[in-house]
Amino acid sequence: MALRKILEVSGTCVSVPGDDVDTDRIIPARYLKCVTFEGLGDFLFYDVRFEQNGEPKNYSLNDPRFDGATILICGRNFGCGSSREHAPQAIYRYGFRGIVAESFADIFFGNATTLGLPCVSASRHDLGRIRQIVESEPKCEMTIDLAAEVIRFGGDDFPGSIRPSARDALINGRWDPIGELLEGDALVKERMAQLPYPSDLTPSKIQK
Amino acid sequence: MGQTLFEKVWEAHAIRELRDSQTQLLIGTHLIHEVTSPQAFSMLREMGLSVAFPHRTFATVDHIIPTDQRTEPFSDPLADAMIKELRKNCVEFGITYFDVFSGKQGIVHVVGPEQGITQPGTTIACGDSHTSTHGAFGAIAFGIGTSQVRDVLATQTMAIGKLKVRRINVDGKLSAGTYAKDVILHIIRKLGVNGGNGFAYEYGGEVFDKFTMEERMSVCNMSIEGGARAGYVNPDETTYAYLEGRPYSPKGDEWMGAMKRWESYVSDSDCVYDDVVDFDAAEIQPTVTWGINPGQAVFISERLPTPETTPEDERGSLAEALEHMKLQPGQPIKGTPIQVAFLGSCTNGRLSDFKEVAKYIEGRHVAGNVKAIAVPGSQGVGAACKELGIDQIFTAAGFEWREAGCSMCLAMNPDKLVGDQLCASSSNRNFKGRQGSPTGRTVLMSPVMVAAAAIAGEITDARELFSR
Repeated sequence: MALRKILEVSGTCVSVPGDDVDTDRIIPARYLKCVTFEGLGDFLFYDVRFEQNGEPKNYSLNDPRFDGATILICGRNFGCGSSREHAPQAIYRYGFRGIVAESFADIFFGNATTLGLPCVSASRHDLGRIRQIVESEPKCEMTIDLAAEVIRFGGDDFPGSIRPSARDALINGRWDPIGELLEGDALVKERMAQLPYPSDLTPSKIQK
Repeated sequence: MGQTLFEKVWEAHAIRELRDSQTQLLIGTHLIHEVTSPQAFSMLREMGLSVAFPHRTFATVDHIIPTDQRTEPFSDPLADAMIKELRKNCVEFGITYFDVFSGKQGIVHVVGPEQGITQPGTTIACGDSHTSTHGAFGAIAFGIGTSQVRDVLATQTMAIGKLKVRRINVDGKLSAGTYAKDVILHIIRKLGVNGGNGFAYEYGGEVFDKFTMEERMSVCNMSIEGGARAGYVNPDETTYAYLEGRPYSPKGDEWMGAMKRWESYVSDSDCVYDDVVDFDAAEIQPTVTWGINPGQAVFISERLPTPETTPEDERGSLAEALEHMKLQPGQPIKGTPIQVAFLGSCTNGRLSDFKEVAKYIEGRHVAGNVKAIAVPGSQGVGAACKELGIDQIFTAAGFEWREAGCSMCLAMNPDKLVGDQLCASSSNRNFKGRQGSPTGRTVLMSPVMVAAAAIAGEITDARELFSR
């Protein structure tokens, strides 16, 4: 399956404060009551963005200065908690195409990569500087160069590291592994027959 | 050089190396539920794929199901659409589904072990981060996203990078009134909510040797709250005794063979871990959270941290947590009033949890201003409690006794906090808004501590309350 090669991501940024921003914060569980991912972008950071009566709160994502931002700037352990893919789906569908954080929770990182949403890590010190630039020059464009692992922003180059497996998958257009997994079909059948998983369960019964 | 259980199971299930330094790993057992599977089935249809091994996927409904009335259609049309979608998908693709009327429905991580589907030396995946629970049996169990649910349905495999293994020893003896929940909350407090990133946790030592399967499950369940992708305990006699005779456990001649095979997966005595951490059981006390992640916890006797006692780069998190929780730096946690008590979840919604609490609440009553609900983790747990009269003890004590589901752990069903209610909860996450109200507050603790808080109307030391 031919996927887009994601060599770099460019755009303006918006910064989300705090460490350990969890998946319930990214998308509250009540918005997981759906059978498709469509429209999830509307509920991104919902309880952080809106009062319970629907009034917008004073929050960076509601600030018109950052309208059109496509890169999200976050803190440490971003995306901790649930394995819900709804979290990176909501971020992607809101319009973000890259995330820079101090670190990411494992499951979130994998889920985001599979959507072609690069998650790049920067040092706490550099993130402080990046956040300053975002605040003072909201229209300043960032370029995340994945191959070089460099974040170009405000005239500076910041190291931006990404797990090699994810970097290679993104820059080579292999971030969704389904095609490659399907190619292993014969080997999987063979191994399944060797391992002692029961093969004689009668399938397809709604157990009443 | 010996190998860890993780390495042995990994080797047995690694199909091949993929191009981007990931492994195609066979997933022996796939568990699905209504929230994270419908999009995966849609993707299969869009791509013209089918389910490769339908007999290796098992389904149940847990997150959205009401726990008070079970008449369909559900009053929430979105929830109703989700259960119908799951039924449709299971029928279309030939997947075993433990439906509401089967007597086997429940939280997926309670049902798998209860049915004997969860077995040592296997790989398990489920679109739910608490899949780590199944590691209690010496399985390697991963929480996965929906695209990976699609991958497992279509290929019975997933792409994943190999994890490192951290051995966590808890030796010595736990003091009376200290439970498995306190052990894992303490581990997360000490190692941090992201301390386990890149690791599988192997739990062992005298405390785990003595733990029941249900206690081991409570600990493995919360591995992900410490950032670890998986957590496990090596299988032993306790594991085999639990599994013998369960519906999906091997039977007859196969049983002896299975036990022999399972023993072969245990970590070798000369294996090398990537990291080892030791805890002294005697130092662990009943633990409660005070903040907005499970690592923000103190012993019940302790006071909350202050900015002065907190490392500089954590002071922002401290301030944010205290503001949400409406607590003051340095205050004792004991004595904090509660409005709701929740007993249930895939962490602590098993028979032993309700049995243990029943010992203490008989003859006592929930405080007048507290709403207390008890939600069995599965219909099996509910039925066992009824048979033992445990449900009666709970209702006599003022708890509402409910039907099985995830309930107020994440409040996708009608069980929700209202406003800034503070809930003493036996669940696994205290994130902002987790229990259904954006301003709601969650304090995690063991089931017996939840019961004590419900009776006292405030967070209290169960050891003191129940000795009176």
